Amino acid sequence: MLKILQARMQQGHRTIRYPARPAPAVPDRLRGHPVLAPGGCPEGCRACLEACPTGAVSFGHAHTGGPRLDLGRCLFCAQCADACPTQALTFSTEHRLATRRREDLIINADKGGPDTPKVRLAQALEPRLMRLFGRSLKLRQVSAGGCNACEADTNVLGTVGWTWGRFGIQFVAAPRHADGLLITGPVTQNMKLALEKTYDAVPEPKIVIAVGACAISGGPYQGHAQANNGAASVVPVDLFIPGCPPHPLTILDGLLRLLGRVGVDGVDNGNRGDGRA
Amino acid sequence: MSASAALRSFTNGWSIDQASIPLLDQDAFAQVLLDAVAEGQRVVALFGAQERDAVALYAVLGNDEDNLLCAARTNITGAGFASLTPRCPQVHLFEREIAEQFGLVPQGHPWLKPVRYQPSWTGRDAWGRAVGVEIPPGVGDFYHLDGEEVHEVAVGPVHAGIIEPGHFRFQCLGEPVQHLEIALGYQHRGVEQAMLGGPHPRSVHYAETLAGDATIAHTTSYCQVLESLSRCQKTARSQTLRGIALELERLANHVGDLGALAGDVGFLPTASYCGRIRGDVLNMTALLCGSRFGRGMIRPGGVGFDLDMDRCTALLIQLDAFDADVHAAINLLWSTPSVMARFEGTGPLSRQAALELGLVGPAARASGLARDVRQDQPCGVFRFAHIPASAVDSGDVFARAYVRWLEIHQSLRFVREQLRAMPAGARQTPLGPLAPDSFVVALNEGWRGEVCHVALTDATGRFRRYKVVDASFRNWSGLAYALRGQQISDFPLCNKSFNLSYCGFDL
Repeated sequence: MLKILQARMQQGHRTIRYPARPAPAVPDRLRGHPVLAPGGCPEGCRACLEACPTGAVSFGHAHTGGPRLDLGRCLFCAQCADACPTQALTFSTEHRLATRRREDLIINADKGGPDTPKVRLAQALEPRLMRLFGRSLKLRQVSAGGCNACEADTNVLGTVGWTWGRFGIQFVAAPRHADGLLITGPVTQNMKLALEKTYDAVPEPKIVIAVGACAISGGPYQGHAQANNGAASVVPVDLFIPGCPPHPLTILDGLLRLLGRVGVDGVDNGNRGDGRA
Repeated sequence: MSASAALRSFTNGWSIDQASIPLLDQDAFAQVLLDAVAEGQRVVALFGAQERDAVALYAVLGNDEDNLLCAARTNITGAGFASLTPRCPQVHLFEREIAEQFGLVPQGHPWLKPVRYQPSWTGRDAWGRAVGVEIPPGVGDFYHLDGEEVHEVAVGPVHAGIIEPGHFRFQCLGEPVQHLEIALGYQHRGVEQAMLGGPHPRSVHYAETLAGDATIAHTTSYCQVLESLSRCQKTARSQTLRGIALELERLANHVGDLGALAGDVGFLPTASYCGRIRGDVLNMTALLCGSRFGRGMIRPGGVGFDLDMDRCTALLIQLDAFDADVHAAINLLWSTPSVMARFEGTGPLSRQAALELGLVGPAARASGLARDVRQDQPCGVFRFAHIPASAVDSGDVFARAYVRWLEIHQSLRFVREQLRAMPAGARQTPLGPLAPDSFVVALNEGWRGEVCHVALTDATGRFRRYKVVDASFRNWSGLAYALRGQQISDFPLCNKSFNLSYCGFDL
């Protein structure tokens, strides 16, 4: 018993104070939100498109201006940035990436608009669902072909550093106890029926969260006959969290935005202790 | 003539001409394989590959004592071949896989069932199913016990926690499990097929995600395949960085597993601390390459990221903190009677069973089989820096936990030594063209055990067959066997003590 108490003293209190305080620092080499520098593309250059393994990079019909990036297909491998001859395309450490709609994951440098386009971050649930889930959100996880990285970095949010229990978020063992699903993986053919049945077993009203490139678009497995290009092929999705895998802070930020704990009324403690947003 | 003389020998990661692999008739092939196993070799891979007029079966054997691999092949022109499983149990799943992928029936196989519930690649189906008909996963005859008091428990594919899917069918008489049968295939994404004609732009990403928590091990094997085929000479520095990344991956997962095992027996102190400490190790991997799972770290020709002196120092400081934290957290396990009472004697797997099933990794080492690729078939930095294999022999949950603890010590020591003595050099060497008509085997000791990639190239140097054997492909059978006679309530604990990959098996 004494040893247990000694260990407790040694380990200390480790739960982060975010979102009340700034978020913890992410790795300095983290490949987060891409940055498209205005006017940086050489005429006719398609190096980023050619380097991308999943077709996340495209160019508009006008053939002017920079590329369009689909963060739902993006593996954040930065092969596009490595290929770019003028560093017009780079990856920042911006970890806030979650959106409510699939189309909000597509950032455009080839149309008029902000010079450094960003995703439209997720808004909170509508008032009816906020009343039900805002302080108690029970989720059932379904891995439908996930490689275990998204699963692991979702699971980590239950550990003492992050502790999503303090937001009323809990993972439950059965869909009948759940308010929604958190789906990873491209939805393999062999998991399609299980996912459908699990979704059907969740009582209404329910929400669905898709975590990772596979769950949003199929990721590396796009176009495979054995998979279905993501969760939206089977169920409606309410929150998209891109990454391969997304950093736990990206996942948590997405969940907290959905629950109106972050990003409401312009208050966004997404900037970290280092002062950078 | 000894078996070795009839086989083509080569080393891990060294490509050879396909034509140099002896082409034997079916009987000679079978005999050579059986003789090799009788002599103490083990089956590293047994798989099919489409030839022009036949399906070739390739056998890769591991001669761990001599640190060599050997290979032989035979051509199957008919509808099947004589199963070797009755005389050599460790090939049981390989033969089922050949049946499923190529439609060849291994006659006399004692348990010929699908592996991944996928359609055949050749249009010929080993179970006579019509082409194009949907194959529902997990549907079929399970081993069944009859009796008034027998009850059958089915779990999955969707499991209670945040975990990949699989189906477990228990036959129970009261609490004790008489038999466990595991049906997988739910995660099948078609990786081996997608690798054909490669390397493609996505190939490295398949390697990184085919078992996404063992990214470093699998991507290292994939890159070694390419490097071997192009005779690329990597720098000592890049090989050292690869070794560091691999051992950090092992550290993170072993710490996580020990925490999860503590959680499964309701011992929250260690469970809580290890849940966090695992994240600290993942953050060390992210310090190297920006990704907690090592995405982008291993690239053909070397590594994607280098370490400067400041980063090395930062890592060493983090490792010191990790050392103190992990000792405080994990030593509690061995001195807490309630934990040891649950761990000891639970889920025992004898050395003989582990040998016959062909187990690898910590599960094998916990049953006294001291096999480890870093020691037996070393490649990369492990040819120069020796990590002794950690083995325990009780074969129970305690042994599988304690082996991980021993390996945490070894990996920590290794990473510190390498960081303090990093050789100079570039982080990446360009690759040349890939050799045509070649055959290469790249093995690495992933944290679950041996990861095996085998590639065959065509006349243009592109992959005409790519075989992946994750440690889980061998070890799931070990879990099923270890559950016999155990209480069903100990299943989560036994499962966690193996902690196998579903997607690594399903590909």
